[in-house]
Amino acid sequence: MITYLEAIRLAQQKALATDPRVFLYGQDIGSFGGAFKATKNLAAEFPGRVLDSPLSEDAIVGMAIGAAIEGARPIVEMQFADFSTCGLNQIVNHAATLFYRTSVPCPIVVRLPSGGTSGGGPFHSQNLEAIYAHWPGLVVVTPATVEDAYTMLLEAVNIDDPVIFCEHKFLYYHLKADALPENALPIGKARIARAGRDATIVTHGAMLHESLAAAQELVEDGYEIEVVDLRSVKPLDTDTILASVARTGRLLCVSEEWPWGGVTAEVIARVSTEGFGLLDAAPMRVNAKDTPVPYHPDLWAAHRPTASTIAAAARRLLHI
Amino acid sequence: MSKKIAPVTQSDFIKAYRVMLTSRVLEEKLAGLYRAGMIKGGVFLGRGQEALSVSVGIQLRRGDIFAPLIRDQGGRLAFGDTVLDTLRTYLGSQLGSMRGRDGNIHRGRPRDGYYAMISHLGAMIPTVAGALLARRLKGEQGAVGATCIGDGGTSTGAFHEGLNAAAVDRLPLVVVVANNRYAYSTPNSRQYACTDLLDKAAGYGVGAHKADGTSLLDCLQTLRHAIHAAREGGGPQLVVADLLRLVGHGEHDDFAYLDPELKKSAFGSDCVLLAEKHIIDEGWHTADEVASWRRETEAEVNATADRVRREPSPDPSEDDWAALSRPEYREQYSAS
Ligand SMILES: Cc1ncc(C[n+]2csc(CCOP(=O)(O)OP(=O)(O)O)c2C)c(N)n1
Ligand SMILES: [Mg+2]
Repeated sequence: MITYLEAIRLAQQKALATDPRVFLYGQDIGSFGGAFKATKNLAAEFPGRVLDSPLSEDAIVGMAIGAAIEGARPIVEMQFADFSTCGLNQIVNHAATLFYRTSVPCPIVVRLPSGGTSGGGPFHSQNLEAIYAHWPGLVVVTPATVEDAYTMLLEAVNIDDPVIFCEHKFLYYHLKADALPENALPIGKARIARAGRDATIVTHGAMLHESLAAAQELVEDGYEIEVVDLRSVKPLDTDTILASVARTGRLLCVSEEWPWGGVTAEVIARVSTEGFGLLDAAPMRVNAKDTPVPYHPDLWAAHRPTASTIAAAARRLLHI
Repeated sequence: MSKKIAPVTQSDFIKAYRVMLTSRVLEEKLAGLYRAGMIKGGVFLGRGQEALSVSVGIQLRRGDIFAPLIRDQGGRLAFGDTVLDTLRTYLGSQLGSMRGRDGNIHRGRPRDGYYAMISHLGAMIPTVAGALLARRLKGEQGAVGATCIGDGGTSTGAFHEGLNAAAVDRLPLVVVVANNRYAYSTPNSRQYACTDLLDKAAGYGVGAHKADGTSLLDCLQTLRHAIHAAREGGGPQLVVADLLRLVGHGEHDDFAYLDPELKKSAFGSDCVLLAEKHIIDEGWHTADEVASWRRETEAEVNATADRVRREPSPDPSEDDWAALSRPEYREQYSAS
C-alpha cells in the first residue's frame, strides 16, 4: 500500500531520475529525509541533488528562482506551509511576476505541508492556498488523493510556471492506494468524486474526505450529493462546477481555510455571476472559523469543518 | 561601564541550580506524559541547555522583557513562569494562560514582560527590539529585553533585520544564541560558514560574549556581563554559548543523526550534572542533600501534573471564537 506521503516521495524520486534539471532544496531534506520523510533516501540515491538548506525560507525560494532562470527545475520544501510566509516576498513578488515582466518563465515547485492535524496549533496547521491564489502568476494545487499527490507533483515539475503544491498533512498517513497511475487528469481539471443529483459540494484537500463522509451520511436521509474535488484551486475549473450545479441546482462550498476571501468565496462568486439561473437556492459554505487554528484537540475539532458540520449545512441547503 | 558587576556567589549558583533542576525534572515529566499519549502535539525539550537558559531568565529583573524560545523551560521558570502553568499549557487545561488556544512552548504573558513566541524563528528579535524602543519613547529607562535563539534561527532574515535595527537604535537588547550544533537534523556545517557565530557581532556592531553552555558558572557570569552592558547603554549584546542538545529535536525524534564525536566532546557534557558536581565539590552541600532536592521537585511536579489532569478542557461551545479585541468586531465573529 502506498500512502499519500510516499506518493510525494516517489514522485520526487521519479522527477529526479527522469529529469536532470530537477534538484531538491530545503531544511533537513538531505540525509535526514525531511521533517515528514518526504525525501527519505533521495539524497543517497541522487548525490548532490538533494540539498540541505540553512533555516532561511526567503533564501530557499530566492535560490530556486535563480536556478529556474538558469534552466533548472527546483522543488523546494517548506518544513510547514506556515513558514512559507517567511519566503512570501520571493514567491509572490519575484516568482509570480517574472514571466509577466521578462517573458522568462519560472518553473519552480514550492511544496507546502499544509493543513491541520490534532495538536498542531496556530503555526503548524495553516491552509494558504487562497493567499497564494490571490497573486497573479502562480499555479496553486491541492491534491486530495494518493493518486493526485503523485501525478500532480510530477506534472507540477513540468509546468513552466511556479507551482504552489499544497499537500495536506492530515492525509499523509491516512490515505493509501494500491498502485500509482501513469496518467491522470491534468492540473486545472476538477473531478467528480461522487455523483449525485440533489446538491453539489465543491471542496478540495482534506475536506474532500469529510465531504464524502457527509454525503454518505445524507444517503440515509434519501439524498444523493454530488461532490466535486477541485484538485487545483488556480486554475479553477469553473466549467465542471457549473455543470454539476446545473444538474443539482444547489451549491455548498467546503474548505478548511479561513472564510475571508478564500476558495469558497471565489467559487460562490463565479457560480453566482456565471450560473445564477442554475441555482434553486442561495449557495452556502462551510469554512474553518475565522480565528487562528487552536492547539487543543477539542477546539481544533470545532474549528475546522467536519463531516457532521458539513452534513448539517447540506441539510439546511436541501430544505431551503 | 559605570557600575561594577558583582561576582556570582554561592547562593546565586545554588538558586540557579535549583531552577535548572526543576526544569529538568519537569521536562522528564513532560516526556513521560508524551510517551503516555497524554500530550497532543509536539514536545520540545531543552535538556542540556538549562544552564544557559536559566542564566538569562534569572538575571533579568522585574520590568525587563524576556522572549524565550523552544529550549527555554529553565529560563521561563527563572523569569516567573510556573510548573503549574507549564503543565496546564501542555495538557491543554482551560485554566492555563493560553486557554488551550496555543500550546507547549508558545505560552507567555506579554503583560508581564514574558512574551509568547510564535513558531517562526527569528520573529521575536525585532519584536523585543520594538518593545524596548517603546519603553524609550515612553521615557522609561533601565529595562533590558532578552531573547533566545538557536544556531538555525541565526540564518533567518528576521535575525539579521532585527539585530541590525536594534543596533542602529542602540537598544538594550540581549540576543542569546544557543549553538547546540544542530537545527533539527542540520549540522552547523550546513547552517553557516563563519568560524564562530560570535563573528556576526562585529558585522552588526553589537557587543560580543562567549559562554560555555555546559558551565552554569560561566553562563551566569557571561549573561551578567551582557545584561549589564545592555542596561548601561552599550546597545545590543550578542551572546553565543557552545553546547549540545542532549535530546532529539522533539520527543518524536530519535536523534540518530547525532555525531558521536560531538557527544564525546566538551559540548556534550550535561550542565545539570556538572553544576551538581560543583556544589558537592565545593562542599556547599552533600550528595544526599542534592538528591533530596530532586525528590522534592519530583514530588511537586507529579502532584501538580495529577492536579492539572483533573482540570477542565476548553469547551468549544463556550469559546467566543473571536480573534479581534474590539467588542463590536467580536459580535461579528459570533454571527459568522
Ligand atoms: C522560519 C521557520 N522555519 C522553519 C521552522 C521549523 N523549525 C522549527 S525548530 C527548527 C530547527 C531550529 O534549530 P535551531 O534554531 O538551531 O534551534 P534548536 O532547535 O537547535 O534549539 C526548525 C527548522 C520554524 N520554526 N521557523
Ligand atoms: Mg540548534
